[in-house]
Formats: sequence, C-alpha cells, structure tokens
Amino acid sequence: MRDFNFHRPASVAEAVGLLRKHSGGKFLAGGQSLLPVLKLDMADPSDLISLSGIAELRGIRVEGNTLIIGAGMRHAEVAQSPEVQRTIPGLARLADHIGDAQVRNRGTLGGSLAHADPAADYPAAIVALNGTVQTDRRTIAADDFFTGLFETALRPDEVITAVRFPVPTRCAYAKFGSHASKYALVGVMVAKTADGVRVAVTGAGPYAFRAAALETALGQSFSVAAIEALGENLGVRADDLNNTAEASGAYRKHLIAVLAKRAVAACL
Amino acid sequence: MGAITLKVNGKQVTVDAAPRTLLVELLREPLQLTGTHVGCDTSQCGSCTVLVDGRSIKACTMLAVEAAGTEVTTIEGLAQGGRLHPMQEAFQSCHGLQCGFCTPGMILSAVDCLKQNPTADERDVREWLEGNICRCTGYHNIVKAVLSCRDRMAQSKEG
Amino acid sequence: MSTTTTPTPKGPLGQPLVRREDRRFITGQGRYTDDIVLPGMTHAAIVRSPHAHARILSIDTTAARQAPGVIAIFTGQDVAADKVGGLPCGWLVKNKDGSNMVEPPHPILVADRARHVGDQVALVVAETRAQARAALSLIAVEYEPLPAVASLAAARAAGAAQVWDQAPGNVCYDWHLGDPTATEQALKAAHQIVEIDVYHNRLIPNAIEPRSAIGQYESGTDSYTLYTSSQNPHLIRLLLGAFVLGLPEHRLRVVAPDVGGGFGSKIFHYAEEALVVWAARKVGRPIKWTAERSESFMSDAHGRDVHMRARLGVDKDGRFLGLHVQSQANLGAYLSTFASSVPTYLSATLMAGCYTTPAIYVEVKSIFTHTVPVDAYRGAGRPEAAYLLERLVDKAANALGMDRLEIRRKNFITQFPYKTPVALEYDSGDYHATLDMALAAVDYAGFPARREASQARGKLRGIGFSTYVEACGIAPSAVAGALGARAGLYESATVRMHPTGSVTVFTGTHSHGQGHETTFAQLVAEQLGVPVDSVEVVHGDTARIPFGMGTYGSRSLAVGGSAIVKATDKIIAKGKKIAAHLLEAAEADIEFKNGAFTVVGTNRQKTIGEVAFTAYVPHNYPIDKVEPGLEESAFYDPKNFTFPAGCHAIEVEIDPETGVVTLENVVAADDVGTIINPLIVDGQMHGGLAQGIGQALFEEAQYDESGQLLTGSYLNYGMPRAADFPFFKVGNHVTACTHNPLGAKGVGEVGAIGVPPAVINAVLDALAPLGVRDISMPATPEKIWRAIQDAKAKAQH
Repeated sequence: MRDFNFHRPASVAEAVGLLRKHSGGKFLAGGQSLLPVLKLDMADPSDLISLSGIAELRGIRVEGNTLIIGAGMRHAEVAQSPEVQRTIPGLARLADHIGDAQVRNRGTLGGSLAHADPAADYPAAIVALNGTVQTDRRTIAADDFFTGLFETALRPDEVITAVRFPVPTRCAYAKFGSHASKYALVGVMVAKTADGVRVAVTGAGPYAFRAAALETALGQSFSVAAIEALGENLGVRADDLNNTAEASGAYRKHLIAVLAKRAVAACL
Repeated sequence: MGAITLKVNGKQVTVDAAPRTLLVELLREPLQLTGTHVGCDTSQCGSCTVLVDGRSIKACTMLAVEAAGTEVTTIEGLAQGGRLHPMQEAFQSCHGLQCGFCTPGMILSAVDCLKQNPTADERDVREWLEGNICRCTGYHNIVKAVLSCRDRMAQSKEG
Repeated sequence: MSTTTTPTPKGPLGQPLVRREDRRFITGQGRYTDDIVLPGMTHAAIVRSPHAHARILSIDTTAARQAPGVIAIFTGQDVAADKVGGLPCGWLVKNKDGSNMVEPPHPILVADRARHVGDQVALVVAETRAQARAALSLIAVEYEPLPAVASLAAARAAGAAQVWDQAPGNVCYDWHLGDPTATEQALKAAHQIVEIDVYHNRLIPNAIEPRSAIGQYESGTDSYTLYTSSQNPHLIRLLLGAFVLGLPEHRLRVVAPDVGGGFGSKIFHYAEEALVVWAARKVGRPIKWTAERSESFMSDAHGRDVHMRARLGVDKDGRFLGLHVQSQANLGAYLSTFASSVPTYLSATLMAGCYTTPAIYVEVKSIFTHTVPVDAYRGAGRPEAAYLLERLVDKAANALGMDRLEIRRKNFITQFPYKTPVALEYDSGDYHATLDMALAAVDYAGFPARREASQARGKLRGIGFSTYVEACGIAPSAVAGALGARAGLYESATVRMHPTGSVTVFTGTHSHGQGHETTFAQLVAEQLGVPVDSVEVVHGDTARIPFGMGTYGSRSLAVGGSAIVKATDKIIAKGKKIAAHLLEAAEADIEFKNGAFTVVGTNRQKTIGEVAFTAYVPHNYPIDKVEPGLEESAFYDPKNFTFPAGCHAIEVEIDPETGVVTLENVVAADDVGTIINPLIVDGQMHGGLAQGIGQALFEEAQYDESGQLLTGSYLNYGMPRAADFPFFKVGNHVTACTHNPLGAKGVGEVGAIGVPPAVINAVLDALAPLGVRDISMPATPEKIWRAIQDAKAKAQH
C-alpha cells in the first residue's frame, strides 16, 4: 500500500472541505472495499478522509412511512436494528448476509453504495425499494444513482449522509453467492409497494438494474406462477450479463428467474 | 508518521506509525503480538481477526489510525488472569485446531459469534464462520468446539 | 459413527488425549517463520514474471536502487555469475526405452527466459517489508512475450510452443508399468469393455500459513542458518547444501519452526529458500521473505492436473479381467522436487485398487507447460488412481446392469499378502468390513425413503461409494532407489532418558498440524512405562535432530514411529543390563513391563527412573559391560509400503433449479492400522475429507490460453468453508500392518484419496434419472445445471 495523508474530520462539512482541498484524496468509510483495493496498489489516493468520526452519519429512525438509515451505519447494525426489522425485515435480512461477519462489523451502508460494486447486495435493495440517497447537498433517486461499473452519480467531493427507504408492503431478497468470494453472482430483491412491484437485480450486470418484464408480470399477478409463465422472456439477454469462469451469462439469466421466484415466495 | 494511542489487551499503548499501516501490521511489528496472523492479501481468510471494541474485524482491512481510541483484543489478551477463555478451552478439548495458523482468528471470530447469538445452532455457527478459512480441520471440530463452548457458557449462566 | 473395532486401551496408546501443542497455538504463542525477528534483519520481495512465457531482454534496476530503504537487488545474472546451482529433482524416471527423463535446469532466478506467470526474475532486499515491496514496481524488466502452452491439450497439439528445446513435444518422459501383452489379451477375451475418460482437476494446496524463509550468515563461523516453513528441514539442507549452494551439512542449519499446514506443498525445495540464504551473505544481514497469498497462488507447487483414459475388460459376471490406463500429467514449467514420481510410482502402482484384476498396463506421459510446477499434494497420485477406478467400477456396474456394491464385493481382494500386477504387495486389509461399516453408518437401507422425501420437495438425492486402497509410508529405500528415488526413505529417532526419568524424543519427522508432540509422547510413554507428561518431543531443527526425512506421504507414525520404537527397544535392552547388575540377577532373567525391570518370578524390581539415574550416576554400575548414560538412536527403513483402505459413502441432495449440491451425509470407514490417538486420527480424516470434497465440488486452478492464472486469489479459487459441510461420520476398522512394529498404516491422506469419487458417484446417482451420465470435477452448480439442461434437451429429441 502506498503512503497517503490521513484525516478524520468530525463533521460532513469538514470532510467535504478536506476533499476539496486535497483533490487527489478519497473518502474512507468502513474500508471493506477500499482497503483491499489500496492493498493491491490498484488506487493511489494522496489523502484518505475518514468518515468514521462523524456523528451525523449515524442513526436509524422511522419517519411516517419512511425508514431513514445513516450512511455510517454498519451492516451488522442495520441487520440488528429493531426499527429495520420492524419496518423492512427483508432489508435487515439482506444486511445480515452481506459478505461475512467481520465485513458486516466494519462495512457501512454509505460506503457500499458509493463504491458501487456490481456484486454488492445493498444496491439491489435501494433500487427495488425505490430509496433515495441523501448527500451533503442533494437527494438522488435510486434509479439515477448507479451509472456504470463502480460508478455513481456522486461527485468526487460528495458525501452520502443517509438513505431513505419508503416502507414497502412486502419485500424479500434472494441471493446466489459466489462460492469463492461470497459476493452475489446474482441477487434479486423483489418489493411490493403501494406504487407497484419493483424488482432489482445485482451481480448480473455492471450495476444493479430493474427487471421490467418481471415487474410487469408481478404487477399483474404477484405470484411464482407469473414468473414461470415468462419462461425465457425476462427482458434480459444472457450476452449482456456478466460472464465469468464461475457463472456464465446464460446461467446468471436463469438464476435471475429462480431467485425472483424465491424472493416472491418469501414475500407471500 | 504519527502517534496512535489505543488500548491493546487492556493496556494503553502509543505507537508511531505511518497512516498506511494496517492494524495487523501495528500488532505484529511494533507491538510484537505475533499471534495475529496474515494468511492472505485480499481480506478473505480471517486469520487476522481481532476484536475491536468487542466486535470481530479483520485487522488486515482496518487502518491502524482508525483503531485510535479503541480497545483491541488479540488472542494474546483473551485469557484472563492466566485462565483460558472458555472458547480457548473448547478448541483444545474438541481438537478444533491442527496447524494452529487460522486458530487465533477463528477463536476470536467464534467469541464474537456467541456474544452476538448465545444460542447459535450448528447452522448459525457454520454461517458465521464464512469469514474464516481453515485448511486442516474440515471445520468439524471447530464447529463442535463453538457449540460445546455455547453449552458451557449457558450452563455457567444458569448455575 | 465414531466406532473403533479394537478393545479399549489401558495405557496411553489409543487414548484420545488432547494435544499438548495446542496451548501455545490457542494463546497466540505459536512461533511461525514470519514471527521470527533476528537482529539486523532485512526484508526481501521478488519480481515475478507477469508473462507465461517471455524472453527477458533487459532489467533496469537504477530507480529501484535509489528507492528508500533498498539495500540490494539481485537478478538471474548475479546468480549465474556466482555459479549457484539449480533446484534439483529428487526422482529420476526412465522412459519406456530405458533412457532418462528430460531434466531441464531450474534456476533460483531466471536470467534469460521466464516460463510461467510467477517465475522469479529478481530479488529486492530492503530495510522493511513495505520498502522492499514498494521497490518492485521501480524495477523495469523488458520482456518479449513468447507463445505459451497452458494446458495438456495445448502442449501436445501440433506446432505447440516448446517449454524446453530439449523436450520435443513438451514430453518429459514416456513411462509405463505392467504387462501390455497380458492386458491386451485379457481385454480381447472380455465379455465387455468399459471405457472412461477423466480429468483430475488442478488444485492449489493453500496451506493457510504462506511460505516464509529467513536466511542468516554468520561470518565468524562461516556458517548459515535457514528458517523455513518446511515439512522436512533435513531434506532442504541436503538439497540446498549439496545441489544449490555447495555447502557442507555442518555449516548449514535448517530450522522449520511451527509450520502452518503443508499438505505436500511445503515438502519441496523452493527458490526463495536458496535466495535468502545466498543473498544473506552478500548483504551481510539476515533476510526474511514471506509470500503474499497472491504469490503463493503463482509459486507454491500445484497439485493433480492429470488426464486419464482407461479401458476395463469385464466378464459377464462382472469380474475384472484387464485394465489399460493411459495417463497424461501436467508437470508445469519445471520439475519440482518430487514431481516426476507422482503420476508414476505414486499413481500407476495403485491401479489394482482393492480388486483382483489380473492384468494391468499403465502408460504415463508427463508434459511440460508454461504453468506453475505441479507436485505432490495431499494424496499425490493415489487420489487419481482411486478416482479413475471408482468411477470406472460404477460405470462397469451400470453397463452390466449389476449392483455397484455387488460388483465391488465380487472383485475384492480377500487373501493377504496379495501381489498386484503393478508392483505392490498388499500385506493386510479387510475391504468387506469397511464397506459394511460405511453402509451401516450411512443408513443405506433407509436411503430409498430419503430419496422419495427429497423428490417430494422437488430435489434430487443420490448416494455414492468409493472403496479405495492406497499405499503410504513409502518404502524400502533400496526398492525406491532402484526405481529412481534419489534419497533414502527411512526415518531416524533419538530417545534420551534424563537422570530423573524424564524423556526427550528427537524425531526426524516434522509436525505441521499432525500433533506429533502428543502422539509420539503417548507412544514413548507406552513403550517406557513413564507418564505422558514426562516425555518431550523435539522436531524441525537440523542442529538438534540427528537426521530425518520429514513428514509427507502419511509416513510419520508408520516410519517415524517405528524408528522411535526401535530406539526405545534399545533403551530397554541397555536398561536390562543395568537392572541385572543392580538386582544381582542374570540379564536373561530380567523382564521389562509397565516401566519396571523385574527379576522373573520375583517381586524384585527397579523402575526405569532408577535405572536412568544409575546410568547417569554410575557409582554401582556394570561399567565393563555398558557405557554410562541412557540415550539411543535408531534408523528405521520400512520393509514395504503400508496399505490403508476403506469405504467412503456420500449422500447428496441436488437442487435441480440451481445445480447446487448439498452434502447430506459424509461417511468414512477406514482401516488406517493401529491408532495411537483417536482424536488426532479423526481430525486427520476430517481435514482430508474436506480437501477431497473441495476437489470434487469447489476447487480448480484455471489458466487461460495465454497462461494467465484466472484463479489467483480467494476471490475466485473456491476454498471450502464451514457452511459447505455437515458433521462427518468417521470410523475405523483396524487390521494391523504386518511389517512394522506398531501395526500402523497412516491416516494423513486417506480422506483426500477416497472421497472425491464417492462425491461424484453420488452426484451422478442423483442425476441418473434425468439421463446425466458424466460430470467432471469440480461439479460446480453451473456445470450441474448445464448437464441437466443438456440431458433434458437430448430427451426431447
């Protein structure tokens, strides 16, 4: 790992100011994705600005029909939060199966979203639940947040402060993890909301995407049979999906249907 | 370089270290706590697992500066007053280790497992240990050790 | 199942004692090579080739030499200029025509050409580990990439790139064993011929402690010390001293302290060991190198990577008549220490399995490729034999419409000793007994009901078996020597009784997880009748141990333990002379039992402690007959291999939607000979089973066509985890080995040898109703899903 300067600001404003001052710098959240990258010398930031000392990034609360989770909340905290378990149990269960125990004890919601790993779990949740990313300066709708492989709508000096999740009627996440890395080869989050059914897929493409054909089918009949009736017509092409030694595009496409069925079954 | 002050195994220490120093490097090198091991460079094997403020983390995936002000427990600090922690005893009595290399991380991860879920069953334990790789034991006796420790801790609470 | 069909022991032998070595490991006091800090120590990092095959045009070290903390940089030219020898191969295999195999050079730093990704190109020595690593990127190596061959098929194709000019067609040797004529006749006469084609997937051993080495030179005594994560320090001293650096034994000490697993990968002499010792003298300070895991993936010897084709002739009753096996083994770019022996003497010799097949012929071609060298990995050659046979036997049963257990029983060897057509003589075994044990433990009778229950849940259930035999505790040195081994295969032991009756045992074997400090203490305590706690076991240091061949091939108890027994026998023999003097009796009238020398038929006795004290304080002593002191050494050269055998039964449930295999039942019933510590034996079984299941379901080292390793980290190499397994059911049925004093056979490898075919047979059993007939290892979810899709498509046509 190469040398860098380290900062630990106490407020979001201070953090943003530091990054503006050190334009070659990067924010450091839980570090569970960034540190492995730095250890392999695949990035070389001049400065690391730690977000771990910022109290305003902490906390979980419910406002009306919205669950608001601070960006600095660790996966284990989200999984164990009574508020999350009560309002969106499917989200608590998703958080409880991210990475492994040690990762869940360090990794944060905001860090995961900002890193935008194509195989991360949280992206499926925020997209399916139609969440909103709150930053130090604006809100970004989930559908606009992920823009490419490891790319988001965030500006380099922008800090995620919280994520707002509208509470769905029901939701569930089904994941097929890589045997080696435990990342999702495919993960499907299905949410039944007042505004209709939303289905988000992670792991299979460059970033989490919505599966429109599944949403339409489930909107008409929220059932396993509705997915079965689609057959191969999932609205995704195997050739467009990730293709690795562990899972081809064709297999991933098949898994999208299987996992969507399992998520629907878990909702029922 | 900068001074980092933290509590390690109950003792306050101040160490000079570059910002890029990983917690595991701080423990193994200046502090000479070589019971915390490094088994990979991609944050997967869990050999470096220690407790930071009571929670298991991979010391290879945490900057030492981020541990400033925390309380770190390594395998060397788990026994209290010369008495082994029940998890250490269980690993020995169940033959939960062979070469011993993954063992410190495995034990600390298991300690956190039972702390989070004192009634963990076999499935829970196996899933919890996803972040710790062992090549010797087939995990059989490791899982047995954690379950046996669970039973013993439950008994001692009742008694 | 945790049954052992031997009577409950009274003495320490056979007791499930907890391990004494655990105390240091569970408290963080283990001392592995990387934990050692020597005064003035420097740190090394290695520039490794990013290309599978490339000419090295130039190396510019100017910038790196000026980097902070850098002390020295060495390249292949420095090594060549110093006339440093290459790494030797320890086993000469001959071609069919009697000529020698091709033995290319294996330099510790390559000078002109890199032959695999990870090949070592330059060594950086710096004040700190971080500085050494940081300097790596400042060394500018100009490569000219050359065409590479990364697989057996590519290396054998017409016009393939050549790894070595002296090995046309990339063939290292073309070897054979058995009787081709008799085999061909038997196949001609057969009622039916069953054919199979299998690939033994390439594996990466992945001991969790990465390899590490520290070299130290002391100018005052002109002597060297190497600390290394090795399974056999004396062997490293021999190879490094005699072949690479030209140092006599008395000036080179090799210490293998606590070692975090080996599984074969730490048997071999590696370039880094030689580099740190050689460079330590140049730098004048100790040098430590520890592999990053990414380096381990591209520099630890890999395992398996063998392709086999076989034809088995059977009569109409299912009796095996003849077997012809053609095997191609990938050796990688260089010959690792024992690479040449693995596909030949450790594999082809096992092709009889536990069956009476009268005619067998095995041909083995070993092939160079631009990949990491391949060598012995847990099981080494024997898993390949077991996998081929046990898949083939299931296939034969199918072809004949016979029950797969009946066909096995019909062909089992039952008379011992049994001489196979492939050079071995099995001394003992009871293959029916272990099969029966496994059937009971897996509740075979209840299987149909469980299969139906799975079916009702939309799942496919299958059960698979493997009845294997293996050969370990290798072997009479003279026989191995005649077959090309360049080392002896005996073991040494020294037993030192101290004046107050405590004992120190020095063994030439090495423990890197096997628990020798406990097992050997139990053995000596039993032999000498002293408390287990008063016996200390020392291993892993050439300065303390007279000699040793180390630990591999499940040899430690059968060979190393037998040497200890010989040494304790000598202690007792000398003790009898001393006791006879003290008791004023004839030596012939003294018997030794339970730690005391007694005059036969009387209650007059001296304890071994009293005798030891007398030996060191020889005031009243038969000084004309024996010397003072009570310390004996012994070397034991095995009279034969030992032959552990058994039955592994696996029950799986497959989710046809995803292809995911769930292990429902893992049963191993084994005959590993006499057991000293059942706790440790069970532990060895568990670990071997996990690695064997890993091979069958999860693990595979994959290269792309250009020779890049696709599975170079734990992110993409499927290491087994806790959640992959149920609790295992292991049990033993003991038939004693007939030719060593303990009756011990060996347990280290049987799990990895026996279980892969049982897993695949179970998977195929589950998939059989869909028409799936074959699947390769590892049987990953996608592979199974595809097999199901293909079978469905076929059924529709």
